[in-house]
Amino acid sequence: MSADVLAFWSLAVVLVGSALAVVLTKNLFHAVLWLALALTGTAGVFLLLDAEFLAAVQLLLYAGGIVTIVVFAIVVTERLVGERISQTSRRIGAGAVVAAGLLLMLVRTIAQQRVPDARPEMAADLTRTIGETVLTRFVLPFELLAVLMLAGLMGAIYFARPDD
Amino acid sequence: MGLQAYLTLAAVVFCIGLFGVMTRRNTIGILLGIELMLNSVNINLVAFARYSGDVTGMVFTVFTICITVTEAALGLAIVILLFRIRRTVTADQLDLLKG
Repeated sequence: MSADVLAFWSLAVVLVGSALAVVLTKNLFHAVLWLALALTGTAGVFLLLDAEFLAAVQLLLYAGGIVTIVVFAIVVTERLVGERISQTSRRIGAGAVVAAGLLLMLVRTIAQQRVPDARPEMAADLTRTIGETVLTRFVLPFELLAVLMLAGLMGAIYFARPDD
Repeated sequence: MGLQAYLTLAAVVFCIGLFGVMTRRNTIGILLGIELMLNSVNINLVAFARYSGDVTGMVFTVFTICITVTEAALGLAIVILLFRIRRTVTADQLDLLKG
């Protein structure tokens, strides 16, 4: 078993296991910590796919940013009630059937496709190539993204403003 | 590892996220499921980019990550606002639009 295969399977186990823990664990705070592990595992998958820059972005934005604001939201909403940070699930059977059915369909479709198994050569410095592509071919979407994030920021501040 | 392995892994994570979205009662728990689903899409994008030798998919992933973070920030702001109005974050009780 080569190192690549071993790394993929261990990352897959971590990713699927922590994802299951996110949707099954009772304690909401623990669920967020499992989500952080799942997002870190995804960064590892990006590393396996030679996308070092995306792995860094994933760790900074996702595992850092999202986990922080989710924990913040939990603290704001749960502590004020004074209850335990627990959550229950409903209609587990129906949810499992729908999710398993979709998974079966997806896996069958993927298995039937003829997809490449070999990786073509890519630019040696992928980060540089990504940066150049963002600032040349995709410069307009990039600027629109800045507007979107500004609008999101203003919206979040507006929603979370103190009562006057 | 071939492309199929990565696609299958992403499909598994997507379905787990879908299960979470459908079964969780807590609104924040539902948002966590949505994050998982969006995350699996990113795996697909990067895998397709790597196996087709085109960097465009990775550029697209940068965009989706940024949009997802904005979505999470706004979603949680709405959750906090809903909590302030209704004193609950349980999705079943947030039925303001019930006819």
